[in-house]
This record gives sequence, structure tokens and C-alpha cells, in this order.
Amino acid sequence: MSGLRLGIGGRIDRSRTLRFRFNGRPYSGHPGDTLASALLAAGVSLVARSWKYHRPRGILSAGVEEPNALVQLGEGARTVPNARMTEVALVDGLVARSVHASPGVGFDLRAAVGWFARLVPAGFYYKTFMASQRAWRFFEPHIRDASGLGEAPRERDPDVYDKRYAHADVLVVGGGIAGLAAALAAGASGARVIVCDEQSEPGGWLLASDEQVDGLPAPQWVAAALARLAAMPEVTLLARTTAFGFHDHRFVTLLERRRDDEGDADAAAAAVAAGGISRERLWKVRAREVVLATGAHERPLVFARNDLPGILLASAVSIYIRRYAVLPGRRAVVFTNGDAGYDAALALHGAGAAVQVVDARAQADGARSAAARAAGIEVLQGHVVTEALGGRHVRGVLVQAIDAAGALAGAARRLHCDLLAVSGGFSPVIHLQAQAGSKARWDDEIAAFVPGAPAQGERSAGACRGAATLCEAAQQGHAAGIAAAGSAGGAAPAVATRDAGTLRALWLVPHARGPSRAPKQFVDLQNDVAASDILLAVREGFESIEHVKRYTALGFGTDQGKTGNINGVGIAALALGKPIAQVGTTTFRPNYTPVTFGAVAGLELGEAFEPVRTTAMHAWHLQQGAAFEDVGQWKRPWYYPRPGEDVHAAVAREVRAARNGVAMLDASTLGKIDIQGPDAATLLNWVYCNAWSKLDVGKCRYGLMLDENGMVFDDGVTARLGERHYLMHTTTGGAARVLAWLERWLQTEWPQLKVYLTTVTDHWATTAVVGPKSRELLRKLGSDIDFSDEAFPFMAVREGTLAGVPARLFRISFSGERSYEVNVPAEQGLQVWQAIHAAGAEWGVTPYGTEAMHVLRAEKGFVIVGQDTDGSVTPLDLGMGAMVARTKDFLGKRSLARSDTSRSDRRQLVGLLTDDPAFVLPEGAQVLAGAPGPAPPPTPMAGHVTSSYASPTLGRSIAMALVRGGLSRHGERVHVALRDGRSVTAVIASPMFFDPKGERQHV
Amino acid sequence: MLQIECPYCGARAESEFAYGGEGGVARPADTEAMSDDEWGDYVFMRRNPKGLHHEQWRHASGCGRWFQALRDTVSCRFYAVWKIGEPMPASPSDEGRP
Repeated sequence: MSGLRLGIGGRIDRSRTLRFRFNGRPYSGHPGDTLASALLAAGVSLVARSWKYHRPRGILSAGVEEPNALVQLGEGARTVPNARMTEVALVDGLVARSVHASPGVGFDLRAAVGWFARLVPAGFYYKTFMASQRAWRFFEPHIRDASGLGEAPRERDPDVYDKRYAHADVLVVGGGIAGLAAALAAGASGARVIVCDEQSEPGGWLLASDEQVDGLPAPQWVAAALARLAAMPEVTLLARTTAFGFHDHRFVTLLERRRDDEGDADAAAAAVAAGGISRERLWKVRAREVVLATGAHERPLVFARNDLPGILLASAVSIYIRRYAVLPGRRAVVFTNGDAGYDAALALHGAGAAVQVVDARAQADGARSAAARAAGIEVLQGHVVTEALGGRHVRGVLVQAIDAAGALAGAARRLHCDLLAVSGGFSPVIHLQAQAGSKARWDDEIAAFVPGAPAQGERSAGACRGAATLCEAAQQGHAAGIAAAGSAGGAAPAVATRDAGTLRALWLVPHARGPSRAPKQFVDLQNDVAASDILLAVREGFESIEHVKRYTALGFGTDQGKTGNINGVGIAALALGKPIAQVGTTTFRPNYTPVTFGAVAGLELGEAFEPVRTTAMHAWHLQQGAAFEDVGQWKRPWYYPRPGEDVHAAVAREVRAARNGVAMLDASTLGKIDIQGPDAATLLNWVYCNAWSKLDVGKCRYGLMLDENGMVFDDGVTARLGERHYLMHTTTGGAARVLAWLERWLQTEWPQLKVYLTTVTDHWATTAVVGPKSRELLRKLGSDIDFSDEAFPFMAVREGTLAGVPARLFRISFSGERSYEVNVPAEQGLQVWQAIHAAGAEWGVTPYGTEAMHVLRAEKGFVIVGQDTDGSVTPLDLGMGAMVARTKDFLGKRSLARSDTSRSDRRQLVGLLTDDPAFVLPEGAQVLAGAPGPAPPPTPMAGHVTSSYASPTLGRSIAMALVRGGLSRHGERVHVALRDGRSVTAVIASPMFFDPKGERQHV
Repeated sequence: MLQIECPYCGARAESEFAYGGEGGVARPADTEAMSDDEWGDYVFMRRNPKGLHHEQWRHASGCGRWFQALRDTVSCRFYAVWKIGEPMPASPSDEGRP
């Protein structure tokens, strides 16, 4: 409606035309444009609807601080919600649409909210829907639908994202004059420098400046500086890279956008198909020194209807004119409270627009205002814009004089315009400094928060430190680079000095009707927070700026209040009657700008999310069609179904084979810790609750490991291989935890003990050969081991050769049958497994998985730590009190004597036999304390079912449970609650359902 | 992501380490003589200062050794690291970098 493309100038390539679509309509632009500049050039002004009131909004800025112009960029799986138009580089084929406007920006139904805006000020939801819950349930989905902005993609992200770790001597954040000067100074010394800039072309304000640096026009100096940096081998220049988090110990995270085809679906698909460049890269940089040259954001001024399309930041107007060759309007008013706004006036005047300046200061000072007056630009000194006029685009302003005390004077006057450029001062971008831990300091002279004392030695330079001119910024950047690199000298880039003039602090332009009744004076454009909302918050007693922020939603949006927060602080300070320095800022937290989830996830997705551990026999299990279960990171065979078998049939067959013939289990995953040293037995005595001093060489013993709280946290068989040599087994999932536990005690409590631990879990592959025919099978393989029961009794370990391979055999049993765990070096695991399988054919040797293993041990009442225990179960609770040593001290011993741990009504391990033998209790089912009855909840419980199976051996269901006082309740009938509300009855019994004397394993 | 100085390996990223809570807590010698309250204090209670904290860390993804540290829990600045069995440095350095 008002913007147009200038015929000359700008950093755009007029020789190429790019076509794009916005809200379904076709437009064109040039390489070098952003989506914002191309739309402004096309005369588009209304681009969005605000979040709460759905008011018409236009483009405010030319950068990352943009609060209004958000788009849903691209389509399908690669769509990006809430992309800022001002940051989107224009590419051919780009597709974008306004977020959150329905049916469209031109006509948005929800703008009707504006009619009852007075009913929905900030924080209205804290006071409504108190009386009726039902009313809330009706309104909530509508409110949720009406709020929010863009949409997340619904398809899986097809792009690749990666990460890089980097170390630098100096990290320079920001590629404007200060950053480039710092990078040049540091790089010249040979230091390893990483310099990053968020824009696709570094240079910052230099790309839109009419000043000269080192005798060159600013943009040309940028090109020369970049060329010099590119020639330094230790300097890494990252464009399109935002430093978004400053963490401990100078660890800074950067997000590099590596593709320049955002928004173009076709190019994206082609790129994905071709593979290659990642879409984004997350840099994790540890820097010895950091220079922050992050610049400053211009503030808008706060007056009535200051949110109309056609109202832009003055610096943005300069940027659009000089950098993008776009004239945003033909008849402009510039409203400023300092000298800075005059730059836009000069740029507009130079491009042929009619310009009037409204300067809130009583007297103008500064070089630019002088130049403007010299150019004949009309200035209304000591005046303010009290109200912008227009419906969907600004068409005029009301101006009035303002006196020294800040009160309106004289009569209001109307000026016509189709562009209003506003300049309320600059807010240094101090987010990273604050994240580093530095407390911001209010500088009254420039009306800005500047970085306080550095918290991690970080150095600030340029506009982020309050520098108002390129000259100061260049010198500060140079000095910071020298200091950071510890280098010698050289000269800062030369820029002529300029008088930056003074600023008149003007947080809220008064309006004749007062802030509550005047048309809204917006502070936070993205979240529709007006001055009246801040004043309301203060009236309601919210005095801390953190409370004001949360009550009004000031600064909550995707822009994090970059253009609104300081104005909000200023207004809050006025309302509170406190100086701004006392009010302070809210806490700055990462991320500085939104970061893609994909970039944080990087390459560790899908199968790369977690390592998968497989045993030496894995390929064999796969080939046999085994079903697998995850045990920790391990893949373990769960059962081996034959054609036509379901899990129950397979497991029943496997269990029967183990009990009646011979079966084989891959037990390689169990933890194995090699323990050697003269003090090995001392260590075992400390960590196990039973006694270990008198274990003969060649013998095995089961041990229970307790934490200092007295609770069982692991168990396993430990064997004595030699005088000073033991092999400890742990549970599969507990191996790492147990090793860490042992190391912790050895290193921090008993460093004088001479004992050394080595994890050998992966070194040995283990095949358990189980069943009455197990010994015959092993003899058939050929071995120098004497398998007679006298030479090789139960709970013994023997070393020798088996099937031609060096082996350790542990005669231990988790099934209750005669059983040998054959350990061979892992490289020979598959070969030995296959040899065992072949040799066992004549007895129908049956591979079995973890499910059958669980059933076999449950038939014998053997516990599985982590299934039948949960960290709150002691050895006495398990009925294993006889194992607990009486004389020695051990880890957890004292806890067993605590009043709570020695109660007789603790939950204790029992077996449960359902009255209906065919019914298998669900694991986790609650055991009722009494009988089910009509009494209302809560219903007292006595425990829960920990393990439950159909037992092929017993021909009925069996279960293990932890039941209050269970050890003394054998024979009692209890009720077990089911999820559908029914309950079933079961009898408490010993969990040793089968062969309670253990005769079958002792044979 | 802290940078932690392992006394054996040098400066490494925090992700290589496992935190071990308060350091220098010795297991009581005569546990039988302790009351339930005293034993409970040893098992469960640890200091939680706002400020300097004597800690122990393990270089889990590195040398696997435990060591001790003096760290400010507010600024996360490490003032000293030392090996188990050695005494805490007498005057932890207040200079240098956080």
C-alpha cells in the first residue's frame, strides 16, 4: 500500500528475479532480499494479526528482534513455525503464510476479541472461571485455539542435523564493526579465533551505514575485512550462526543454519534426496576468552495505537532503504527522542520521500539532527506523537508539544503520513552477558542497561556496551580483541568521530484520556501487552519486575521482549515510583532465539539414540527367528518360537526341555567382574551380606549386595578362581552400577586395600547347559575336565578345555536343574554355542530365552533383583535372613537393625497359588489387606504381585508377591485386585513351588 | 557444561564425570555403637551449602578415578581439586578464572 522498490542502490541482485508466495499470492523479489524487504517492496503492509486481540500488524524491524511479522515458512515436514520474516532470506519458490489469522490477515474473525478487550486485560484468566468448572471446560478449548501462533510440523523431520565441538582461544560473538575489529585484532596474533554472526552477510549495521571505515564506504570495508579474516588460517568465520547460550566456564552454544533454501519445498526435497549438507549444526564451543559484540536493539516509543502497520523502527527504515533499496513509505513522519532517529530522516529524504521529524527533546543536539536541519527537513522540536491514526495502515499521527516535566501542552495537530519511523533509544543486547552471570547496570545517561562486571572474564564491545557511534564501537572491538588474544598492537579501524547527542527518556507518551482509557499503547507487541496492563499489574500489588512480567506476559513471546522489555521496565518504574536501576531487569535465560529441536538432537536418533549390545551368538539367535527383549542396552533372546507356536507354547516347550532333557541359554550378558589382590576377600566381605573368608579355591557362593540403607540392590554368584583371584557375577542390568559401587568404596574409603577390579563382561561368552542330560552333552564335546560329581560338585568352578577351546565352567543353577555355565573367550562364543547345539541334537537340545528362564527360576522361588525387589527390600524381607552374617560388619548391616527395618510386618516375599489354577495373576496386581467390600476408597493393601507365570512343570499358575508379614502367613487366603474391579483369591505359600529341597541341582 | 580439572587427566567437560555428592564423609568405625538417628544421619544426611562445597567426583568416562573438589555451588567455580588421600589445599586459589 505504501512501499516501493528504489531503482538503484541496495545489496540486492536486480539481474535475477525470485518468485515466492505469501498467503497464497504470488510475489517476486531479488537475491539479497529478506521476505520482509521483498514484501515491503511489493507494497504489502498488513502481514499478521496479533496474538491476543488479532489486531492488524505490519513489519516493525529489520532483524531478529521482530515481534509481529511471523510466518509459517514452507510446508509439510520441513515447515518452520513462527519464522521471522525479517530473518528469512528470500529464495526462489519460497512459500510462507501468516500464522494464527483466520481466515486470513485481511479479515480475521477473532479480531472481534477487540470489542471486549476491556474484559480481557493482562491476567484476566486468574480472575475468571472461579465459580464454575464446567464453564472453564467449555471455554478452554476455544481459548487455546484462539491463542498460540504457528503450527509444529506433523511429519517426521527429514533433515539431518549435526554437532561440532570446538575449542577456541577467542570466541567473538557478532560480526558488526566491533566484532570484526576484535576478530581482526585477535586473528592477527595467530590465535585460534571463532567469530560468528547471525545474519547471512556479516557486517551488521555497516551494511546499511553511510559512514566510511578506513577510507572505504562501510559495506566495502566489510568485504575487505572478511577477506582478511578468510586469509587467516586459524580464524573460523561462521555466518548465519547465532550464539544462543552462554553457559558455565565459557561454554557457548551456537546454532549454524547451513542451508539457504528454507521455505522452498522443492529444493529441500532435492537436497534431502542428495544427502550432504546438514540443515543446521549445533556448535559447542569452549573458549579461553569471549568477546561479546552483540549490538543493540532499537526500542519503539509507546503511544496510542503504536501497533499499526506502517510503523517501523527508524533504524529499520534506514536498513530497508540503504541495504535493500526499499522505500517503506512516500510521506514519512519520524518520531524520535534522540539523535539516532534522524538517520532515518536523512535516508528517507535522500530517497525522495517527504519527511517531518517529531523530536521529543526540548533542544536538538547531535550531528545527525544538525545534518537534517541543514538539509531542510522540517522538525517539530519538543513535540511527541500521542496517537497514530488509521485502520489497517497508518495514515496520520496526532502530535502535541511536551514540556520539560513531561506533560502535554498546547493543541494537538494532525500530520498526514503513510510511514511512521520511531526511535526510542537503543537497548544493548546483553543476554549472553547475563547468562554468563554478569549483573546488568543501568546507565542513566544513555537510558540503557549495560553489562556489569563480567562474571567469567567476558569482554563486551560496541553497541552492547553502550557505544553510540561506529568510531567508539571500532575502538572498543579492537581493544577487546587485543586483550583477549594477549597480542601486541595494530590499529583499530578508523572511523570519523560523530557527536551522538543526548537522549530524552520517554517511557510512555501521555494521552489526554489517560493510559486506561486511551487507545492501547503497546509495550510488548507480540503478546499484546499495553501500558495499561503494566499499570494494572502494579496497582494489583505486583512490585517485582519478575511478577509484572509473569502477570502481564510481558516478554513471554518468541521474541522474548527484545523490543518491549526495557520500555516495560521504564513504565513499571514510573508506576512504582522507583528509579529504573532499582527495578532491574528480568532474568535472561538461554536460548537467545528459538533453536530447532532437531539441532539439539543431532545425529543421535533412531538406532543411534542408544548403543545396542549384542552377544557373540546374536546372529545365530536372529537366524533361528528368536523374539528379543531389551535388558538394559542388551538384546536378549526372549523365546524361540517354532512354526505355529505362540509365546505360551514356545515357553512351555523350552521349560519342559530344561526340566526333562537338556536346554541351552545365552547367558553372556550377565556382569562379570574380575577381582584380584591379597585383599580381595576383604572386599567381598564388605560388599556382600554373607561371609566370604572361608571359600575354597574352585568353589562358588551366592551373594546378596546391599546398599548402606540395608536394601538389596544386586545379587550373583562369585567364584574363587585362585588364592587371590575371584570372579564376581552381577545382574545384567546392574553390572556397571556394581562396578561403580565397588570402585567408589575402594577408592574413597579403603584406598589402602590391595585389590584390583576389571570388567570382563564382554570378554567371555556364556552358554548355560541345563537339564538332566547336561553332563552327558558336555562330555560328548570332549574335555579335560572331570565331570564326576566328586570332582565337580554343585557350586564349583573348573577351568580346562571344552570342544577344543579354553573354558571356565561354573556349576551353578538358576533353573534348579543340573546346570553348567560354560564361559569361553567371546571370539569363540558362537563356535562353542554351535558345537553344543550340534552335540545335543540326539537329546533334542532346546535353546531357551529369558521368558523360560524366568519361569524356571520362579518355580524354584529364586528372586530376580529389580523384579521381586524394588530398592526397599532387605534380605530378611526375602526370607534370606540366614544368609546375613552375624559377626562381621558389612555395607548395610547397621541398617538391618533399625526399628523400621526389623519390623515383623514388613512386606515379605511369598508365593501365591490362585484358587483357580488356570488364572495367571497380572504382575503388579495389588494384594488386598482384607476382603473386598462396599467400603469407599481408599482400600488398604497388603502388598503386590512381583512375578507371575503359567508353570508347565506344575501344570498351573504360580506367582511371587511381597505381602505384609507374609513369611508368617503361609496357608492364608488373600484377595488380589484386578484392574477391572474384580478380585480373585489365592493362597499364600512358599515360593519354592518345585523341588523345595533342591535335590535336582545337587544330583 | 562445567569444565572440571581431573587431577590425573587435566581439564575435561562435565559430561565425562559423575558427581559423587559430599566428599570426605568417612564411614563410621563402630556402627554398632550408633543410635538409629546417628546412623540415619550418616546414611541420608549431607551438607547442602550455598557457597563452598567439599565434593567428590569420578572421572567416569576417563580415567575412572575419584577425586575431591572444592566448588562454589552458586557460581559453580572450582576453587581446588585434589586426589583422594591428599589433604585439601590449605589456601584454595581465589585468583584465576572461574
